[in-house]
Amino acid sequence: MSSFLIERKRQIFRSGADQHEMLCSRPSVAGSVSQRACVFCGSRVVLYPIADALHLIHGPIGCAAYTWDIRGALSSGPEIHRLSFSTDLREKDIVFGGESKLYLSLVELIVRYQPKAAFVYSTCIVGVIGDDLEAVCKRVSKEKGLSVIPVQAPGFQGTKKDGYKVACEALATLVGTGDREVPEISINILGDFNIAGELWLLLDYYKRMGIYVNATITGDGRVDDVRSAHKASLNVVQCSGSMMYLAKIMKEEYGVPFMKVSYFGLEDMSDALYEVAKFFKSAALMSKAKEIVREEFGRLMPVLKEYREKLEGKKAAVYVGGSFKAISLIKALRLIGVQTVVVGSQTGTTEDYELIQNLCDEGTIIVDDSNPIELSAFVKETGADIFIGGVKERPIAYKLGLGFCDHNHERKEALAGYEGMINFAKEIYATAMSPVWQFTR
Amino acid sequence: MTGAIKNTGTWASTRNACKLCAPLGASIVFKGIKGCVPMIHGSQGCATYIRRYMISHYKEPVDIASSNFSEETTIFGGRANFSTGVDNLVAQYQPEVIGIASACLSETIGEDIHGFIREYRAANRNKPLPEFVHASTPSYQGSHMDGFHHAVTATVSALARKGKTGGHINIFPGFISPEDIRHLKDILSDFGIPYVLFPDYSDTLDNPHWKEYQLIPEGGTSVGELKLTGSAKVSIELGYVFQQGRYKDSLKGNQKFQTAAEWLRQAYDIPFYKGGLPIGLKETDRFFKVLEDISGKPTPERHLRERGRLIDAYVDGHKYHFGKRAVVFGEEDLVIGIVSFLEEIGIETVLVASGGASGKLKAAIDTVTGGKRKHMLVMNEMDFEGINEITDELKPDIFIGNSKGYYISRRMGKPLVRVGFPIHDRFGGQRVQHIGYKGTQQLFDRITNALIEYKQEHSSVGYKYI
Ligand code: SF4
Ligand code: SF4
Repeated sequence: MSSFLIERKRQIFRSGADQHEMLCSRPSVAGSVSQRACVFCGSRVVLYPIADALHLIHGPIGCAAYTWDIRGALSSGPEIHRLSFSTDLREKDIVFGGESKLYLSLVELIVRYQPKAAFVYSTCIVGVIGDDLEAVCKRVSKEKGLSVIPVQAPGFQGTKKDGYKVACEALATLVGTGDREVPEISINILGDFNIAGELWLLLDYYKRMGIYVNATITGDGRVDDVRSAHKASLNVVQCSGSMMYLAKIMKEEYGVPFMKVSYFGLEDMSDALYEVAKFFKSAALMSKAKEIVREEFGRLMPVLKEYREKLEGKKAAVYVGGSFKAISLIKALRLIGVQTVVVGSQTGTTEDYELIQNLCDEGTIIVDDSNPIELSAFVKETGADIFIGGVKERPIAYKLGLGFCDHNHERKEALAGYEGMINFAKEIYATAMSPVWQFTR
Repeated sequence: MTGAIKNTGTWASTRNACKLCAPLGASIVFKGIKGCVPMIHGSQGCATYIRRYMISHYKEPVDIASSNFSEETTIFGGRANFSTGVDNLVAQYQPEVIGIASACLSETIGEDIHGFIREYRAANRNKPLPEFVHASTPSYQGSHMDGFHHAVTATVSALARKGKTGGHINIFPGFISPEDIRHLKDILSDFGIPYVLFPDYSDTLDNPHWKEYQLIPEGGTSVGELKLTGSAKVSIELGYVFQQGRYKDSLKGNQKFQTAAEWLRQAYDIPFYKGGLPIGLKETDRFFKVLEDISGKPTPERHLRERGRLIDAYVDGHKYHFGKRAVVFGEEDLVIGIVSFLEEIGIETVLVASGGASGKLKAAIDTVTGGKRKHMLVMNEMDFEGINEITDELKPDIFIGNSKGYYISRRMGKPLVRVGFPIHDRFGGQRVQHIGYKGTQQLFDRITNALIEYKQEHSSVGYKYI
């Protein structure tokens, strides 16, 4: 096996052995096969679940084709978001500019699909050929009487994480433009994308507590909800990576406070309910939350215990998009008897990595922005049995003879919430215990 | 979704594209070179997206490096990224070949990749270096199929060497499945014809399970074999269109593009046969006739029997097919073969659509079908929303194409038989067979069963015999 790239040294950490601080948010090294995506991708995945908006990608065809309906972000109503629109730029547009094509595309699509707003994404070459995205958006907005929001996301301008910020800025232009009346005990759910209907599980818990959920951003999202998002009393933000920036803007501009939560695993899920109850300083809410937790625990614990007994001693490697999610996963895995031996993410933050260090046993390998070569070596070194990651890691895991659980945005199983914990355990169990491994190891 | 609108009109935008971008096609070709790692010269996102897309179809690790353009790279050029990228690739993978596809961005800023390669070679004269192959693949000039064919020609023209004419042939089969490639190799072996087949991703994109993780999966056409393409006695190239038409709104068009076989004839005077993908009896007969001519041998018994069984099946199933209406979509050369096959069994193709933009589809379809179907809609430059909006009127009984058309078949409540690429919602996309008598037999069975299943499920009687 060949050596790791020297430039990557400071993005790999062995818990208990290395001293350096994790260097993250670095651009990927040239020539590496990074698992990361681009700025555009970050903005696209965040905004995509807004189901009654038009999402038009200004660029050559690939950027749009590869993001056509890739996530299982469900909508309870309109589904314009599941279509892939592109200006499909051609050589002529590259040379003479793509503005007129963008204009025509926007107008025809708005007429045909009647969206509530339009997001227009710029991609790498648009950043270079100098189209004035902003001006075209403004013009169409005026002519068609709806918000047409430029999303300036040329891929080369950074990492996926930068794309989250761009998406938040785009959303921020909508927030505050609606004036729906909202009850006092109300929240927005930020950063859940309703993958496999997860958001609906969460809505149910909050509803059972008696809390009004004002806007869900962006899972099962609607333009009008975003417009009136500032009316809620609290922003509950999951997965610190993608939506924190919007929460911060809303705090500054509208004084809406926020709290960070995670919905993965029992502990974190329950905290998400308790914390909200605490915020409203309501004994009634708290006792409702406790009731829900008691009920769900009563239902889940016996089931999880069975899984734990069977899974005890198994080792997992976790490689996911955000480091915050990794933390929840480590805890959730522990709950079913599985020890995490490799942890990594594409877009982690230094603080999260520190938290992970404290959470993990000595010898755990912690890594930022990894690649197939490293991942396969780490798995070997640590003797992991199961890999938790996204589609790009799946074949690596399988070729290494490892079980696999898809914990990225393309999964079709709800893994959040109490119900999700059971699904998660089930999936880990199925992949760890399948008889197929007898033929591979 | 809004109800069906009759007029598709002309659209400035592309809505649910029925094509992919050029570096994807090139990457698939590069995966067909032994010891090769593809590198996309451009920003990170393109490589990651393309990997994900290929992985979901082939269910194999697909390593594609990127030179990871940043803001400064975009302003000052990608020379430094290129050489660091190559350094890093060499250090990690020790590839025999690096296949470079340029993404839109690097093409737009006018990168001189040939120059970069030359410089890199010069600066590293003392080291053992991999071979470099570069395909220029801006997606604003063509789709994944353009990228594919450009990469085939680029590889052959970079590596072919002149030599004393050997007994071997070249075969350039185009974009077919790994299983198709394996079948093609069997056919050639059965004829006893020595060959160089390129690109051969039959293993690299459909590997057995590994005991040891392979950084670069085994398999592929070797550099040694590719050198021999320059001394073959003849080339066979499958496909009619080869994206040689004019891509809409491109300034130069692709008419001048040479396929690998054309290039070899010009450079080394190697004659070539050109024919469609051997799908269906007639096109496969044509292909076998070529092999008979080349080898001077009759078609081996095994294949004659496969042919006989296929005709037998045509007869057994003909009542299920006659008068049925099909919508066919996908890469141009693939749909030409499929339509030709459907004609043989009495299924009427009412719409054949491709995101390809050669402008040659209609003529090619007329050639293979004898121009019989006056009402068949043949559409280049189509996207899925375009198809979606006219299918109601066309009243199809079956859809045949890649899995991205599923939403239309679902809306219509009619079966989709998945062929080509990508097949993201079924298993075995890499093992779907299309070509030869055997591949046609597979297609035939799948299409027939889809029709039967539909009939059975929509019947009030639970027939056990159909
Ligand atoms: S920029 Fe070009 S190469 Fe990259 S994904 Fe988009 S179309 Fe493909
Ligand atoms: S890196 Fe640029 S060109 Fe590639 S997918 Fe991202 S935005 Fe599109």
